[in-house]
Amino acid sequence: MTEDIKKDITLSLNGRDYQLTVDPRWTLADVIREHCNQTGTHIGCEHGVCGACTVLVDGDPIRSCLMFGVQADSKAIRTVEGLAKDGKFHPLQEAFMESHALQCGFCTPGFLMLAAGVLEKDPAISDEDLEDILSSNLCRCTGYVNIVKAVQTVRDKMGRDQKRSA
Amino acid sequence: MASTPNRLLGHLGDSVVRLEDPPLVAGKGRYAGDMNFPNQLHMRMVRSPYAHGEIKSIDTAEAEAMPGVVAVWTSETILDIPPIDFREGVNPALEMFRQYPLARGLVRYVGDPVAAVFAEDPYLAEDAAELVVIHVDELPVLIDVYDPPQDFKDGTTEAALMEQAYGDVEKAFADAYKTVEIDVKIGRHSGVPLETRGAIGRYDESKDILELHGAAKVPHRNRDTLCRMFNRPSSGVHLHEGHVGGGFGVRGELYPEDVLVCAAAMRLGRPVKWIEDRQEHMMAANQSRQQRHIIRAAIAEDGEVTAIDDELYLDQGGYIRTHGTRVANMSTGTLPGQYRFPNYRAVCHFRLTNKTPAATYRSPGRFETTFVRERLMDAVAVAMDMDPVAVRRRNLITLEEMPYKRELNVLGDSVEHDPGDYVAQLDQAMDYIRWDEVQAALMERRAKGELVGMGLAMFFEKSGLGPSDGAKIFVDTTGAIEVTTGGASIGQGFETAMAQICAEAIGTDYRRIRVGHGQTDRIDYGVGAHASRATVLTGSAVDKTARKIREKALDMASGLLQTPEDALDIVDGVVIIKDNPSGPSVTLGQVAEALVPTSPSRGDRDPYLSAEEWFHIDHQTYPYGLHIPVVSVDRETGGVTIERYFIAYDIGRAINPMMIEGQLVGGLAQGIGGALFEEFVYDERGEPLSVTFADYLIPTLRELPKPEILLTEDHPSMRTPLGIKGAGEAGITGAGGALASAIDNAIGVPGAVTEIPVTPQKLKKIMDDNDV
Amino acid sequence: MKPASFTYHAPATIDEAVALLGEHAPDDGRILAGGQSLVPTMAFRLARPGHLVDINGVAGLDRVERVGNDLVIGACVRHAAFHEPVLDGPLGAYLSRVVRDIAHYPIRQRGTFCGSVAHADPASEWCAVVALLDATIVAQSTRGERLIPVAEFFQGVMTTSLEEDELLRDIRLPIPAGDTRFGFCEFNRRAGDFAIAMAAVSYREENGVIADPHIAIGGAEDRARRIAEAEQALAGKSPGPDAFAAAADAAATAVDPMEDHATSAQYRRDLVRTLTRRALEQATQ
Repeated sequence: MTEDIKKDITLSLNGRDYQLTVDPRWTLADVIREHCNQTGTHIGCEHGVCGACTVLVDGDPIRSCLMFGVQADSKAIRTVEGLAKDGKFHPLQEAFMESHALQCGFCTPGFLMLAAGVLEKDPAISDEDLEDILSSNLCRCTGYVNIVKAVQTVRDKMGRDQKRSA
Repeated sequence: MASTPNRLLGHLGDSVVRLEDPPLVAGKGRYAGDMNFPNQLHMRMVRSPYAHGEIKSIDTAEAEAMPGVVAVWTSETILDIPPIDFREGVNPALEMFRQYPLARGLVRYVGDPVAAVFAEDPYLAEDAAELVVIHVDELPVLIDVYDPPQDFKDGTTEAALMEQAYGDVEKAFADAYKTVEIDVKIGRHSGVPLETRGAIGRYDESKDILELHGAAKVPHRNRDTLCRMFNRPSSGVHLHEGHVGGGFGVRGELYPEDVLVCAAAMRLGRPVKWIEDRQEHMMAANQSRQQRHIIRAAIAEDGEVTAIDDELYLDQGGYIRTHGTRVANMSTGTLPGQYRFPNYRAVCHFRLTNKTPAATYRSPGRFETTFVRERLMDAVAVAMDMDPVAVRRRNLITLEEMPYKRELNVLGDSVEHDPGDYVAQLDQAMDYIRWDEVQAALMERRAKGELVGMGLAMFFEKSGLGPSDGAKIFVDTTGAIEVTTGGASIGQGFETAMAQICAEAIGTDYRRIRVGHGQTDRIDYGVGAHASRATVLTGSAVDKTARKIREKALDMASGLLQTPEDALDIVDGVVIIKDNPSGPSVTLGQVAEALVPTSPSRGDRDPYLSAEEWFHIDHQTYPYGLHIPVVSVDRETGGVTIERYFIAYDIGRAINPMMIEGQLVGGLAQGIGGALFEEFVYDERGEPLSVTFADYLIPTLRELPKPEILLTEDHPSMRTPLGIKGAGEAGITGAGGALASAIDNAIGVPGAVTEIPVTPQKLKKIMDDNDV
Repeated sequence: MKPASFTYHAPATIDEAVALLGEHAPDDGRILAGGQSLVPTMAFRLARPGHLVDINGVAGLDRVERVGNDLVIGACVRHAAFHEPVLDGPLGAYLSRVVRDIAHYPIRQRGTFCGSVAHADPASEWCAVVALLDATIVAQSTRGERLIPVAEFFQGVMTTSLEEDELLRDIRLPIPAGDTRFGFCEFNRRAGDFAIAMAAVSYREENGVIADPHIAIGGAEDRARRIAEAEQALAGKSPGPDAFAAAADAAATAVDPMEDHATSAQYRRDLVRTLTRRALEQATQ
C-alpha cells in the first residue's frame, strides 16, 4: 500500500479526540478497535447483518463495519465504553445485568448502543416499534426475551422519571 | 422452585445476577480478537475453492514477494506436523480420515486450508492470500450421503458402520400387529456463535513455553493433543481461555488454524494472531446434524411399540475431526429416548462427503433423534388410529422401573436412566397449558379455515459425563476465595454457578468468590465445558472441595474460639457460635491468617485454608423434558408463525433458575432455527451456498416466541451430591420434533413434515401436494 | 473480509464529485453514498473499486423537497428520512409505510434512497416504488444532466442505464392525486431480509370503479417493473375480491420469475399472486 492514499482524520470517540492517519479501507470498527484500542465494539460478521459492531455516529445507531473510518472524520462516535458515567453504569447496562439479558456477552455492546440510540431519540417508543428495532441485531445465546425486557424496563423507568419531573 | 431466602448471598437456588456481567456490559471483555501481543503477525488462510481434487501445485511466489508478508506456508513447509488427532486418543480404524493442518495431496471440501500467509497486518495478509494460486485436478464430488460410498484416496467414504442393538428385533417385527416406516431427514446446521473463532500462538523462548490464547471448551484436552503433535511436555504448553463469544459445541475444538498459529509462533519467532472471518466460519468451523433415517416400528395391538429398527446415514463431511464418531454414537445410543422399546437396533452409516467436516453442536445426536423418534411416534399414532399423547403414555418408562438400564452405550457409558417420572411430567405439562382447552380452541379456529395446530415432543437429555473432575480452593487472609477449576466458560454463567455452589457449601457471599477456568497452567486437569457437564461434574467437585474448606475452617476456628466444631456455623463468611451469634466470632480471613505456615496457632494442621478434591461419577445423569408449540401456517406463503411455545423440564436441582431459564430460552431459539430457518446448503459441485448471514438465517427476535417454562426439581439426580443435572441442551432438543408435529396438526396432514428445516417453500409444496 | 485498497476522495460540491468520478471511472472509480450495499460487497471482495468518491459531504444532496408536482429526493437522503412522512398526503404516508420494510433500523440510518435505486437490487423496496410511480432518474456527469425514465433505467440484476461517469444526483417522484390509494406487501423469511417477492400498488376510485391502476412487482424478476396485464385487469372494475383476484392472477402469469437454489420460479410466481392481492386489499383500508 502506498502511503499517499492515507488520510489524516480526527476521530471524536466518547468525547476524546484521536488524531489518526488512516488507510481509507479500514472500517470504522477496525479503526475504533485497533487504532483507538477500544475493543468493546465487536466484529461479528463484517457484512452488516449481525449488529455486534453497532455504535452511535452523531447519535444515530449504525453498523461500524459498513462505514470507513475515514468517513468518521470530525463526527461524534459513541461506543459501549462511553455509556457509564462517573463510574456508574448506564441504566441499560444495569438492566441488562438485572434481566439476564446477556450470556456470552459478545452481542451485548451492539444491543446496548442500539437501545441507547433509540431511547434517546424516542424515549416513549412503543413495544411494537421497539421490538422491530431490536430485531436489527443478532444474539445467539439468549433468545432475545430478556434483552427486550431489559430495554423495556429502562424505557418505562425513563417515562416514570420524566412524568415525575414534569 | 427453590425458595430464595437470601437472594443477595447467592446460595443454591437463588436467581442472583451473574458475576460475569460487569466487564461484559462495560465493553471490557477480552475475547480472542481483543488480545494483542507486541510484534505479532497475522495469519490468513488460503482455502480450497474446489470440493474435491488432487493438488498439483501451489504457487506462493507472488504472495511471498509482497511487502509486509513474512512467510507463506503449504503442507510442504510442515511435513513434520501430524494430522489432528481425536480428542479421546488413538483410533487406528479412523486415523486415515484425519485432517492435516494444511491439506496434503487432496482437498476434500471448499474451505479446506491449503496455505497460510503470515503478514504484518490482517489487511495485507488478505491481499497476499488472494495471490496464492492453487492448481488442482478435480475429482468427482460426493454430496448426498445416501449415494453409494465412493473411494477417497485412502479408503471408502463409509468410514464406519456402527450398530447398537438389544433384544430380538426380527422376532418383534415378525410378531407385530402393525408396522410403520418413515424416511426423515435433518438438515445441516450448526452453532454459529456470534464471535468467530480466533487463536493467538505465542512462544516464550525465555521459558520454553508455547502459549495458545483464544482457547475454549476443552483447553486441557487440546493441550494434551498439542503436546502429542509437537512432542512437548504438558508443562511446556499453556492454553488460555479468554472471554468466549458463544460455544455451542463448535468453538474450542482443536482446528487446523490452532495448530498453525502455534507452529508459526515457534518457527517464525513472533506471536501469530488469527481471527476467522464470518465467511470462513461458515465453511471452516464444524457443521453438524445432517442425517437421514429410515426407521421402522413394530407395534402391538394396544399401541405398545415392541421394536425399533433404524438405518441412519450420517453426513460427516470431508474429514473426521477431534470428535471421532461421537455424534453417531450418541445418535444410536439415545434414540429410544424415554420410551421402553423392548427391542432395538440402529445401524449408522458414518460417511464422508465433500463438505465441511461435521461434529457436535448443542444436543448432538439428541436434537436429530428426538425429531426422528417423535416423528415415528406420531406415525405410530396414525397407524393405530390412536391419540398421539396416548401412544406416548403407553410407551413411557415409568417411575417404578427406575433406574432403567438399557444395553446401549453413550460415550463409553452404559445408559441407565436416573429416576424420573416422565408420565407425571406429561400430566403436569398438560394441566399447565390446559391442553384440552387449547385443543378445543384450535379446533374452532380450524373450523373457520385457519391452519393452526399444536405439537408435542418428549425427550430425555444426557448430562454430566464422567468419570472425574477436580477443583482447588484457596482462601486468602482477607477472606477472599479463589476457586480454580479446569472447567470452561463459554457464556453459560459458569463462574456464577460455581460461586453459588461454593458459597452454599462454605457459608459465604457468592460475590466474595472468584472462579478460575480455562487456564492450563493453573490446574493440571479439567473437563472444560461441553455436553452439559460443567455444572454437574465440576460443580460437584467444587461442592466437595468447598465442604473440605468449611471443615478445615471450622476445625481451626474451633481452636481459635475455644468452642467445639459442632457448635459453630459459618454465616456470610464469619464463623460464629450457633447459640450466641452475636458473641465471639472469627472471619474466614482470620481463620486463613491462623493457618499460614508461620502461624503459631496452626498446630499440626496443613498450612493455608486451602483444599483440593476430586469428584467421581459412574453414570451420566438424565434430565428430561418436553416441548409443546402452537403454530399457525399461512396457506399461501407457507410461512409458519409460532404463537406459543411451552417447555417443561426437570432439572433435579436448580442452582440459579434465572440462568437455567436463560439456557432453555436461548437453546430454543437455536432449535427453532434448525427446525425452520437454518441450513448449510451445497450445490452439486460442492460449492457452499450459505456462507453469509444473509443466506444462513439465524432467527431474529421477530421470528421467536416468548416461551412459557415449567422448571421442576421433582427428581434430583441420585448420582450427584447436590442432585443437579445439566441444563445446557434441553431448550434445543425437542424443537425439531415438536414443531414438525405442530405443523402436521395445523395443516391436517399427518406425517407431512419429513425433513427440517421446513422452509416456507417446502411447506407450501406439501400443502399444494396434499390439497390442503 | 477486509476490503481491497482504494483511493478516497471527499468532494464538497456536485461539480467536484462528477469531475472526480469522470476522472476515475476508468479505474473503477465509484460513488460512495450510504455504503450499505457497496461496503459488504467490498468486504467479500466481490467489488474492488480503485477509487471511491464519497458524496456524503457534498452540499445540497441531502434535500428532499417538493418541486412543482414532483417530490425530489437528493442522492444523500437516507432511508430514515422517510420514517416520518416527508410531505402531506398519500405519498408521504406511503413512503413511511414502505420504509419500515427496508432492512433494519441502523441500516436505514445510513443507506440512501438513491443509492438503493442506483444499486438496482431487484429486491429493493425503493426500486419497486420508483417503478410504481414512474419516477424520473436524474443523472449528472461532466457532460451535463440527463433525465432517465424509470422504465429505461433498470436493465437487469444490479444493472442500470447509468453510465460509469454518471452520478445519480436525484430522483423525481411524481406526486399522485390526493385520493390515490396505496398498498405494499412483501414476503421474506426473516424480518428485515431481502424480500423473495413484493408488490407495490396504487389506484384511485372514480365513480366506484378503479382508475389509474399501477402495479409494480419487485424481487421476483431481474428488475422491478410495472405489470401492464395486472393493471388492465383492474382498470374500470369495482375494487373488491373479484377484481383483485383477477389482477393477482394476471400479475402471476405475466412475471418471468428468477430461480435460485433457495427459491423456485413457481414459488415466486405464487407469492406474486398472493402479495399482489394482499397489497390491493391493503390499499382499500
